Amino acid sequence: MEVPRLFILNETIRNLYFHVCMWFGMMILFGTSFVYSIKYLRGFGLRNDIFAHNFAAVGSFFGILGYATGTIWANYTWVSDQSQSLGSILKEPKLIGAAIALLIYGAYFVLRGSFTDMDKKARISAVYNIFAFAMLFPSIWIIPRLVGSLHPGAPGSDSGNPALNFKDVDSRLRMIFYPAIIGWTLLGVWIATLKIRLQLIKDKSLLNE
Amino acid sequence: MNKLIPSILLVIFGMILHIAAFAQEKPEMADVMRSNGKIYVVVAVCLTILIGLFIYVFLLDRKISRLEKGKD
Repeated sequence: MEVPRLFILNETIRNLYFHVCMWFGMMILFGTSFVYSIKYLRGFGLRNDIFAHNFAAVGSFFGILGYATGTIWANYTWVSDQSQSLGSILKEPKLIGAAIALLIYGAYFVLRGSFTDMDKKARISAVYNIFAFAMLFPSIWIIPRLVGSLHPGAPGSDSGNPALNFKDVDSRLRMIFYPAIIGWTLLGVWIATLKIRLQLIKDKSLLNE
Repeated sequence: MNKLIPSILLVIFGMILHIAAFAQEKPEMADVMRSNGKIYVVVAVCLTILIGLFIYVFLLDRKISRLEKGKD
């Protein structure tokens, strides 16, 4: 497929179909997890807790993949710029924000693991999951855009909003980008449902309500 | 006259060398990854995701087999 020819990025613009889709998939999976946490708190059905937990697990996994691919991509585009050294990249608000978001979700699993009582575990982790989702968007989107960053979409870069603004993503890229988001997300949902079904079989005795 | 031609050739040769040296003065590191328009960065990213997903699904598979064995 033909892609726009850009300086510094060169062919790496194709990472849009992988790196960016990971983060989109992560947000959608975390959003689903958030909805199931609310559903759990409304009716206290253990089923909803299992759904919320596994969607959050696959979401964090996508986040880790997004972070790993981001480091590879940044290493060959940001570092080559004359003024950029590794030190300035480590100060990147976008990287720090994404790391904070992933660590908040890491704490969600630590919290879950530290309870022995099923109901208490489900209830407290559902409340924590809502907090974690509330922290997700400020830390990965809002703060990096307020303080400026090398990442596209920040003030100081001339790339505007590359994710959703129709004028900023080339139409040739968009033709693959949007189906790719749907595809990766569906893959994540599929893995999550496999995990959920496994957990439902495991906890069969607890669930016949 | 006969001695002039080699010296002119030498100067031209020197100029070509100089240009070649200039072309190579740009510090381009990690040459494999930066060759062919950095396409190997895309390959690395793609492989990272695929290997990551394979490991994750493989671990899930092992969990399911363990459950199957426990049932029998």
